[in-house]
Amino acid sequence: MKRNSILFWTGAALFLAVIALMPYFVRNEYPFFAGYVILQFIALAVAWSILGGHAGYVNFGTSAFFGMGVYTAVFLFKAAGAPLAVQIAAAAAVGALMGFALGLLTLRMQGIFFSIATIALTIVIETSITNWRYVGGAAGIQLQRPPVTPPFEGYVQMLVFVQALLVVLAVAISRYIQNSWIGRGLQALRDDELAAECTGVPTLRLKVLACVISGALMSAAGAPAAMYLQYADPSSAFNLNYSVSALAMSLIGGTAHWLGPVVGAILLGSTQQLLTVTISSEVNVLVLGVMLVLFVVGAPEGLIGLLRKIRRQRKEGKG
Amino acid sequence: MTPSETDTPLLRISALTKRFGGFTALDNVSVDIRPGERFGLIGPNGSGKTTLINCISGAFRTEVGTVTFRGEDITQMPAHVRTRRGIARSFQIPRPFRSMTVLENLMVALDFAVASDPLVSAAHRRETAMSILSGMGLASKADASATTLSQVELRKMELARAMATRPKLLISDEAMAGLSSSEVDEVLDLLMSLAGHDITVIMIEHIMQAVMRFSERVMCLDAGKIIAIGKPSEVMANQRVQEAYLGT
Repeated sequence: MKRNSILFWTGAALFLAVIALMPYFVRNEYPFFAGYVILQFIALAVAWSILGGHAGYVNFGTSAFFGMGVYTAVFLFKAAGAPLAVQIAAAAAVGALMGFALGLLTLRMQGIFFSIATIALTIVIETSITNWRYVGGAAGIQLQRPPVTPPFEGYVQMLVFVQALLVVLAVAISRYIQNSWIGRGLQALRDDELAAECTGVPTLRLKVLACVISGALMSAAGAPAAMYLQYADPSSAFNLNYSVSALAMSLIGGTAHWLGPVVGAILLGSTQQLLTVTISSEVNVLVLGVMLVLFVVGAPEGLIGLLRKIRRQRKEGKG
Repeated sequence: MTPSETDTPLLRISALTKRFGGFTALDNVSVDIRPGERFGLIGPNGSGKTTLINCISGAFRTEVGTVTFRGEDITQMPAHVRTRRGIARSFQIPRPFRSMTVLENLMVALDFAVASDPLVSAAHRRETAMSILSGMGLASKADASATTLSQVELRKMELARAMATRPKLLISDEAMAGLSSSEVDEVLDLLMSLAGHDITVIMIEHIMQAVMRFSERVMCLDAGKIIAIGKPSEVMANQRVQEAYLGT
């Protein structure tokens, strides 16, 4: 366990170092634009899996949390010219509050009903923002990036590093949950909520906790998008694509291990980026759908589940 | 046992009523369970047995009446708090944690239900879980997935998981349903060995031989009402009990 932790944090530090040094070696801007999007999806998929994977509550409202993150940043930037760090922290707080409300919903709604309620949540929030003139309403709002903070050279390079930090944070939290009593409690309630409750697991408290953490991370991941695009409008900030992608990436990677959503997001995110450049941005949605179908049929436990199965079969083959 | 000890009930249910819409599942049920008692709960299907234990374990909230456990009013407590106070149960249809091994199923109880002592290491808790499993004859299945167990093993695992919460009151909801007669004896012996001065057992069962052998006292429910309570032989001989089971 100890050795695993050292390995994990060394890996995380190396990853951040590479991202930080990338601007000195890569002069082309495109890898940063693409990298930012992939990192954003890793953060979203990992955050999604905290509730959807560990607790088994399928949340279709990723875009609601993401969009609220974007608009919290927009509002704070327009109203007070708040710096990026403040925008992200405030977005996390808003996401946590929304998560808390969502957690209370699980008191009465489980399974498919919970999922439908999260879609409704997205629509309600998107409609409210669409009718809020101050943040641009349906037409959207243009934002002017402030000058970049040294030591960074370009704003996008800085955003990539910030998003990488968020990814490390999300993965560290997800990994901690998996290895701690929180994860065991969530796993028990995912298997059987009543049995878990009768075995002493405080199911409601754990579900609310999972919703709060998941929501805070999703909104935090959304916050830098306002400055990344220098523009925000409700239909793209609350686009259902975020919900579907976060879910698909988690499921394709596998939710049994924290690494699953990371692998799924890298795989799917890079494929989408590649297709957007080489063919068209419409095709990548098709690919997402096809891959999801293939995995549901061929590897319902995702890549992580597939790997475990192969390893188990090999072991049995030897024994 | 001193008279004062027997006077204070472990569990007191007073004037408990549970309605589902217009249907009254439990109607003004009052009963005291003494510490260390082996208590049998019988009644035809739909008479409210499982509803009653759902109200005791906290799976259902009640509108009318109170449940008192060891002198404390637990009527408004959520189920997991009641488990920590010492009420454990098995389920009529087994509800294992399917993604876990048998040992992990018990570890959930040890992690959450037993007051955590930082000095007690994970290895020690694992040992505790193993010793409970050995007591149930399930030690060889410790690392097997809960989905691979046979029916009787599942029943035993549920009892083991309940025991891992260190209960004062163990409620067994038809732990013998669907088992062969030799398996019934096996589970019955197990319940007999668990019951004692420290652990009170409420057993719901349809298998009359088992109820007769096990219980010191039997209560019969019919349509949500207590129709008879007393010594097993008396309850069996009761006219209304026979009518409830056989029809008139």
